Amino acid sequence: MRQHGYVPNAVNELMREVAEGRLSRRDLLRRGAALGLSASLMGTMLDVQGAGAQGTPSPAGAQPVGYSIVVPKGLRTDLKGKQVTFVGSSEGPGVPFEEAALKKFMDATGIQVKRISGAESTTDRLRFYLQIFSSQASDIDACMIDVIWPGVMEPHAVDLADVLKAENADFFKRIVENNTSGGMLIGVPWYTDAGILYYRTDLLQKYGFSNPPTTWDELETQAKKIIAGEKASDPTFTGFVWQGAAYEGLTCDGLEWQYSNGGGTIVDQDAKVTVDNDQAIAAFDRAKGWVNTISPQGVTAYQEEDARGVWQGGKSAFMRNWPYAYSLGQAKDSLILNKFDVTGLPKGSGEGASSAACLGGWQLMVSKYSKSQDAAKELVKYLASPELQKAYAIERSLLPTISTVYNDADVIAANPYYKKLLPIFQGGAVARPSTACKDLYPDVSTAYFTALNQIITGQAGDTKSAVKDLASKIQDILQDL
Amino acid sequence: MALQPEAQPLVTSQAAVSATKSKGRWAGPDSAIGRQQERLGWMLVVPSVLIVLLVAVYPLIRTFYLSFTNERLGSVRPTRWVGWDNYTRLFDDSLFRHSMINTIEFTVISVAIETVLGMVVALVIHSEFKGRGMVRTAILVPWAVPTVVSALLWQWMFNDFFGVINSILIRLHLMSASHPKSWTADPSTALGAVVAVDVWKTIPFMALLLLAGLQVIPSDVYEAARVDGASKWYQFWTITLPLVRPALLVALIFRTLDAFRIFDLIYVMMKYSPATMSIAVYTQQQIGNQRIGFGSAPAVIIFLCVGFLAFIYTRLIKVEEV
Amino acid sequence: MAATEASPTQRIVTSRDELNQIASRYRKKSKHSFGSVTRKMLFWLLIAIIVIYSLFPFYWAIVSSLTPDSLLYKTPVKFWPQAFTWDHYSQVLRDGGFLRALLNSTIVSTVTVLLALFFGTVGAYALGRLHFRGRTIILYLILSMTMFPAVAIIGSLFIFVRQLHLYNTLIALIITYLSFSLPFTVWVLTNFFKAMPDELEQAAMVDGATPLRALWQILLPMAVPGLVTTGLLAFIAAWSEFLYALTFTIPGGNNTTVQVAIANFSGRTQFEQPFALKMAAAVVVTIPLLVGVLLVQRRIVSGLTAGAIKG
Repeated sequence: MRQHGYVPNAVNELMREVAEGRLSRRDLLRRGAALGLSASLMGTMLDVQGAGAQGTPSPAGAQPVGYSIVVPKGLRTDLKGKQVTFVGSSEGPGVPFEEAALKKFMDATGIQVKRISGAESTTDRLRFYLQIFSSQASDIDACMIDVIWPGVMEPHAVDLADVLKAENADFFKRIVENNTSGGMLIGVPWYTDAGILYYRTDLLQKYGFSNPPTTWDELETQAKKIIAGEKASDPTFTGFVWQGAAYEGLTCDGLEWQYSNGGGTIVDQDAKVTVDNDQAIAAFDRAKGWVNTISPQGVTAYQEEDARGVWQGGKSAFMRNWPYAYSLGQAKDSLILNKFDVTGLPKGSGEGASSAACLGGWQLMVSKYSKSQDAAKELVKYLASPELQKAYAIERSLLPTISTVYNDADVIAANPYYKKLLPIFQGGAVARPSTACKDLYPDVSTAYFTALNQIITGQAGDTKSAVKDLASKIQDILQDL
Repeated sequence: MALQPEAQPLVTSQAAVSATKSKGRWAGPDSAIGRQQERLGWMLVVPSVLIVLLVAVYPLIRTFYLSFTNERLGSVRPTRWVGWDNYTRLFDDSLFRHSMINTIEFTVISVAIETVLGMVVALVIHSEFKGRGMVRTAILVPWAVPTVVSALLWQWMFNDFFGVINSILIRLHLMSASHPKSWTADPSTALGAVVAVDVWKTIPFMALLLLAGLQVIPSDVYEAARVDGASKWYQFWTITLPLVRPALLVALIFRTLDAFRIFDLIYVMMKYSPATMSIAVYTQQQIGNQRIGFGSAPAVIIFLCVGFLAFIYTRLIKVEEV
Repeated sequence: MAATEASPTQRIVTSRDELNQIASRYRKKSKHSFGSVTRKMLFWLLIAIIVIYSLFPFYWAIVSSLTPDSLLYKTPVKFWPQAFTWDHYSQVLRDGGFLRALLNSTIVSTVTVLLALFFGTVGAYALGRLHFRGRTIILYLILSMTMFPAVAIIGSLFIFVRQLHLYNTLIALIITYLSFSLPFTVWVLTNFFKAMPDELEQAAMVDGATPLRALWQILLPMAVPGLVTTGLLAFIAAWSEFLYALTFTIPGGNNTTVQVAIANFSGRTQFEQPFALKMAAAVVVTIPLLVGVLLVQRRIVSGLTAGAIKG
């Protein structure tokens, strides 16, 4: 029954009732309309109902995978017979959808696409790409790349500015900027991600807080009060969980602390090191103070899933995480079902402080060594189109990179919380300095998260000198630029 | 043993027999038999040597070479010779120095514990008792679990909130539920946590090698000692330990060299935590960041350290044999 | 601990000394009647601790793999599963990619071990029982090859694999796995052959057999325990290998191994880790090894006895 997880909750629930025949045609139309589903979507659902009535086995009781995909108009049909190899998402529940999407593309254009699952770990995926590209091999035509890779991929990519133009859609500017390196658009934004704050609505209410925190100070106050109260019934209860292990995720969290306190972005656009400033130091010290007070000791070894485990076990009042934790928290058997909400991360108190959300997500690129670049570009154009982004949002809960898709009724019906995310993405999104650092970014990030981990675990001595050392180390790395 | 090659130089087959015996009775390279054996010997080892040269020696030499360049995977920057630059940078890096200390600490502590506990386990499964076969099988289980899997598994068992270890400690009132300890996050216990997993995983190996050593000790030696009224403890120190020493040394070599290169366990359990980073994890991190040239330098350092350790151990064994 | 208590003799006591010894033995025994019970209990306690320490983590993997996802993050932790689900196993066993990877791992590990044993045996025979120039150097060369970290040569090996156009093939894995399994087999088997008494082949050769025939007819049958043990060890190493498989095949492709497949199981999104699913896969992957170890448990011990000691 896990397959239900592929389809977002409200629609999913409706769908199950349809398939199990518990819902009449009229009921479906009425409830579907209440959810804001479009007529076409409900039409498809009725088809399922029909199929179910004929006794076709439909194990999950849900829609066929890929039901929401509408093939965009204007795809080239003159590339029939060309072969394209595409490296897509990693092995898992996302694969059937992606295969369905590619099949529709092949049917529409006649281009043959061979799909390969990428590695689950992003570093493994990057190494795989670079191994292929550095030998100038044409094994990969198109692939998805992390938001921090445009700088690394610049020597191996084809300029996709014309594809972006052809989409004629309202892509997030921050991401387009991020993906532009050396005057070329390395990747077309596909789906995005950003750090957000999860909070327990029930607990905030219980302890008399009418609004989620907007500053880190407020978060600390609220967390302390809630912990003090909840410890009585659950001694393990904690206040705030986030990602403190020494890995790329800590770079994201750290950048958010620093930026939200007016402390800049580690390295600025001209590759000048800016990390050594009082506001950044104050932000790091604040985070260090959380460990063992409002956050558990273990937080300095947490990655996304460790934090989500604590959160979803109902043991924390706040969590910093990516939007993926939302639908998991709203799962039918979740302990915190309907007890939480999301908002932008708090800001600090220093000058220039503003809420910050570290950008994540994936882009689509075409390899310079590809022997069928036109066909590959066509595939990218198709996958990044508003139509496909909508389908990815509905069936896979991935976050579109085109702002108008967020206002789409079907998308909102499938993921009601998307409405709240749009302002966060448009307002506070902050990119890691990967494009400025080019292929040296991994070294910079490594130095950064190593130093931060040492600071928050108390291995670094005083923060001021640790940050000073960090700055000179990054300076040293960037000399090679 | 009666046959001497000099005695029957004309009977080829018999001469060959004697020549195969290696202990100083070799007929010399210039004799017909010597040449024949030399040819056969080479014929038989050539495949192995070729394979090793191809998949091990050649890449290794390349790694030595790369450690003197600034090669980056997938970079447009031209690769050039940088001399000792990578090595000076390496020893300037506090993280690398830290990882060296971690590696040495890990090696010494884990090998010491594994040796002592391995010996205890070996003695237990060497003695006669009902169900010995089952116990022997049981202790082999950890060894069959792939390292990546055991790292994931133990990480879960060490989990601060939902881990079984903390849960037991809380139930035994050895830990307060309101402040669950995070064994992997606390820098003072993180390396200990890794050692605990490594010990679990490798005791079977140690115990088996030592058991093999125990089995060749003739039981009449103990008989005699008992007749002399020696205590078990005294017997262990005066008979068991000296006689099991060759096996112990071999086990120590394998374990020390392995421990010094530890990678997957730490990488899966701890990622790049500076508190537990080993030299091999450091190497992987650099190579993972596409710094093939720079990352080759710590790889060379590991190779040299491990080679040095092996040299010392083989010396020890030589002394032992004399 | 090894020997059993000798029974009082019925021989004729020949000397005063012996008489004293027997007397002291009895004194000791009576003094220990209480102590020996305690000692026995301590001994069994020790066995219990060893067995629990060895088995508990694997038990925990099984428990976790049978726990429904929603109960995984729940306190207090239960030592027995509160609710069973076979979902994770059925999911793993219906996953075509995983089954394919299982098959790949079996092929790669088996072929690697067979090749390593074949080349290793003839090589080790030469190194252990024949005399020729360069023998010591080769022995040290092979030993030194077991010493470096795999990370160190991964880049160079990759280039090599690509040059041979073997990227993303099982052959690439077999060849590179030989880089650790062959030195290992040669090293262990050389010591094994060295330890065999010289007289063995002599008889055969006196009858006119060539060295190779002596190896085939006399030494090899005797070496079976050693071969089985070494083979199993090499198999475990190949089966558990991760880094090479990750590097020389396309991670989500048709030619990857189980270890990589487990690591690449993903949840619905980039960050979700299906932990219980991974544990189910881990149990599936470990069980063949456990069966193997069970089957040759006796052999492992006797094989090592002959092979390892004469380092």
